[in-house]
Amino acid sequence: MKLTGYEQDILDGKYGEGMAYALGIQVAIGNAFDADCFVPITRTHVALSAQDADLWFAEKLLSKGAKCKIPPTVNPSINLKYLNDHLFEIPEEGVNIVSATNEAYRKLGAQLTFNCTPYLQQNVPAYGEVIAFSESSATPYVNSVIGARTNREGSNSALCAAVTGMVPRYGLLLDENRKAEIEVDVQAKIESDFDYQILGWCYPEKYKGLEIPIFRGIKKRPTPEGFMNFGAQLNTSGCVSMYHIEGITPEAPTFEAAVGNKKIKEVITITEQDLADTRQRLCREPKKIDFAMFGCPHITINQVATIARVCEGRKFKVPVWLLVSSLTKELAVRMGYNAIIQRAGGHIVSDTCIDVPPCWQPYYHGVGVTDSPKCAYYNEIRDIEFIIRPIEEAVEAAIIGEVLK
Amino acid sequence: MSKTFTCSQITKGKVDCAEALVSKDAICFYLVEPETGIVKERNHDALGKCVVGKILIMPSGKGSSVVQLDGLYKLMKRDNAPAAIVVQEADTVLVAAAAAMELPMVHRVDPEFFQEVQTGMKLSLDADAGVITIL
Repeated sequence: MKLTGYEQDILDGKYGEGMAYALGIQVAIGNAFDADCFVPITRTHVALSAQDADLWFAEKLLSKGAKCKIPPTVNPSINLKYLNDHLFEIPEEGVNIVSATNEAYRKLGAQLTFNCTPYLQQNVPAYGEVIAFSESSATPYVNSVIGARTNREGSNSALCAAVTGMVPRYGLLLDENRKAEIEVDVQAKIESDFDYQILGWCYPEKYKGLEIPIFRGIKKRPTPEGFMNFGAQLNTSGCVSMYHIEGITPEAPTFEAAVGNKKIKEVITITEQDLADTRQRLCREPKKIDFAMFGCPHITINQVATIARVCEGRKFKVPVWLLVSSLTKELAVRMGYNAIIQRAGGHIVSDTCIDVPPCWQPYYHGVGVTDSPKCAYYNEIRDIEFIIRPIEEAVEAAIIGEVLK
Repeated sequence: MSKTFTCSQITKGKVDCAEALVSKDAICFYLVEPETGIVKERNHDALGKCVVGKILIMPSGKGSSVVQLDGLYKLMKRDNAPAAIVVQEADTVLVAAAAAMELPMVHRVDPEFFQEVQTGMKLSLDADAGVITIL
């Protein structure tokens, strides 16, 4: 990589050990991807996770005196107070790691938003803006739906970018690398937000390469939630940081514009049967459930409204958890959804992730229902079995304590 | 007869002799059990295989941005990490995780390597010199 005098000075430690350490990691990344230089960024989002490695890395930066130049928004961890009051006493080890992580990020200069959908609220980039976003639902959303530019950063590489205020120029920051090389002929009807969960999981099962796909045959513009689901699943089932939908996403006004000077390498066809097969494999058979979980990624106020509509005046048979941003929680209180869901016996909890142990320990080895394949996938390691159904069906299941079909 | 292939360094390091573990599917280290190093992911090519001390050969990394780092860190803390990683297509998440953990990693390997290498073969890898040898 070609470094400027300033960048070389950083590496040489003239701006402190923390900056030198962060830039050193970014230079290694730049070298791996043949980056030519560094470019400035204007936004960052870090997938804070309050897991061992996350705390280790944040404290390492802090001990070297690092401070974020571009304050990042951060992912959720555990709302200790709410879960202590309503679920169980969080084990001391969990309390300690969550508190220490929050403290380390606060001292690094992060904005403690604790939300995994910054692209919908609090850190929304503009078209063409060069940014460093980690978080698997965020990367495809900002690249594909908005047309901002980020590579698929790791939580640690994004934190390095927040500290240095720049990123190596490679990959999705360059025009030619944003063009489609895989044509996906969608012959199935894709309409509901849940259809995007399944399509998002299905495509990487059919094609494993990292080239950018363009989806053709989708007639109706997805809702924000549809887009959110689609990216989250594409980037969990596979490694898709950017996609196009012909005539819908901003860099694909036409098929030709999305392909540019590249050549289509392969055409992948997705039929109704493919989606049915994915659904069959992924969503599991009906059975009794111990709890329901929504919010991977954090659900929006529209999804909260849907859940409230289904459960209004009824009672849940099993515990129900809705995970949202603190802003969405406030809005749910204002709009009465929080009251409806509480009366039914459910909880709306802010700042919390489905995947930060030991938060959900009471449900380990249990069976849950969710609308999110990503939620199900990350809980396999903790032996929580998730049955996946569209939101409305999952809410009905929580009311009778069983998934019927 | 040993056979040598060229590659490009992503992170520094050297492994004198380790067994190959070839996975047709991308590996998410979060779904590898930290205590045993055994791959736990359902429907995975390497399901039930152990990564400890192996040179992992895989198409790419996958999984959300947090989990690769944490998965690797948990393995590393228990001395259950792989010895090195050979990827066909590097992604930032995996590179940053390996860089933070100082795990040797290479890419751009001579395509012939992927036709010859099989699970269980003994390999040596020198990321700094850019060579992999099937011993």
